[in-house]
Amino acid sequence: MKFIDGYRDRDLTDRLARQIRKAAAGTYTFMEVCGGHTAAIRRFGIHSLLPEGIRLISGPGCPVCVTGKGFVDRLSVYAGLKDVIITLYGDLMRIPGSGGRSLEKARAEGADVRIVFSSLDALSTARNNPGKKVIFAGIGFETTAPGTAAALQIAYRENISNFMVISAHKIMPPAMEAILKEGTRLNGFICPGHVAAITGSGIFDFIPRNYGIGCVVSGFEPADILLSVLMLISQVNANQPSTEIQYNRVVTEKGNLVAKEVMNEVFESCDTEWRGLGLIGGSGLIIRKKYERHDAESVIQVKVVESPDDGHCICGDILRGLREPSDCGLFGKACNPGEPVGACMVSEEGTCHTWHKYRLSDG
Amino acid sequence: MCLSIPVRIIEIEGDTARVSAGGTVFTAGLQLVQDAKPGDYVLLHAGFAIQKITDEEASEILSLLDEMEDPDKKQE
Ligand code: SF4
Repeated sequence: MKFIDGYRDRDLTDRLARQIRKAAAGTYTFMEVCGGHTAAIRRFGIHSLLPEGIRLISGPGCPVCVTGKGFVDRLSVYAGLKDVIITLYGDLMRIPGSGGRSLEKARAEGADVRIVFSSLDALSTARNNPGKKVIFAGIGFETTAPGTAAALQIAYRENISNFMVISAHKIMPPAMEAILKEGTRLNGFICPGHVAAITGSGIFDFIPRNYGIGCVVSGFEPADILLSVLMLISQVNANQPSTEIQYNRVVTEKGNLVAKEVMNEVFESCDTEWRGLGLIGGSGLIIRKKYERHDAESVIQVKVVESPDDGHCICGDILRGLREPSDCGLFGKACNPGEPVGACMVSEEGTCHTWHKYRLSDG
Repeated sequence: MCLSIPVRIIEIEGDTARVSAGGTVFTAGLQLVQDAKPGDYVLLHAGFAIQKITDEEASEILSLLDEMEDPDKKQE
């Protein structure tokens, strides 16, 4: 397929790996922020192409994984109300909330919970069920938030009053900063290409400027990731951290202005809780007052009681790049994709899930 | 949910496009991109075209590698 096959070419990836081995002098730790990168790195066996000294660690960029348990609990409460349909992305269905209670369990008990691929599908569900309140669970980073915003604008314009959103949308840069402030030691970030497709690479500029850590915005094919690693190594060797774009077929410095405008018109920033990272200032997106009649949390107020974590799952440390799934006593045993204990085992982009899926092929 | 794939626009009706990825056809909302035309490649994410894809190809990485592997070539 165009824009895919060429970037998987074996000869190309071998040549890139050779250049990396030539350039590498010492040890380097790079964090791939995005769960999509974590999955691609495992899937294509990128680790096996890199010399010993280069460590790639996973970061907090799987939206389902960083979504707090409280959000699942809140959705469960909404799901239990009369005449409510919950619409969500499939990944959210099996995330355990308090006491292990997932939306899948709520559905088994009779709640109307439906998987959608897009906020636009949720909007159609609302059009087709005028007697019900249709609540869309908005999760995801800057890549996904504009789509939720676009659906809200349509609902507002066309007065689809039974369409509502509960937003757990988040933005990436504050979480990257939180990781640096916590002291995770890094030599560079492999930055999320599809976040930057919207925001532009400029949002990462403060990282090299204030923290002296390089940022390369990367695509998701093997050649993309290898070239990004090579670019980061060159930055470290030259001691010149900067923001660079590897993924230039999609990313520009300024990003997608239309999408940014839609997102900003509907959402404003707020402080929000990240699983593993805690409360991060200005890292969440809430619905502006103009759209409050489509904001589930202001239209239908509910009381949510969240119970504390059981303490065995170390997802939180994994999301900060401090530990790896193999450090978790439950990994592959009590916790597996069939019976996930933590969110990182549920999502396709979750580090534990990815490790479990590809561990045989990647030693 | 984070998957985004490159797709080609087949046809456009209002704010909606029919798009294709290796023969599979999807629909995509065009609310987030400007001036998309049939034939354009866009990135599809959660039901929306989120950005146009420019015609940069893997061959550009190849020429970069050629330069790295044989730095003298550049000066020719
Ligand atoms: S293996 Fe399961 S329990 Fe352990 S950290 Fe990963 S998700 Fe949590």
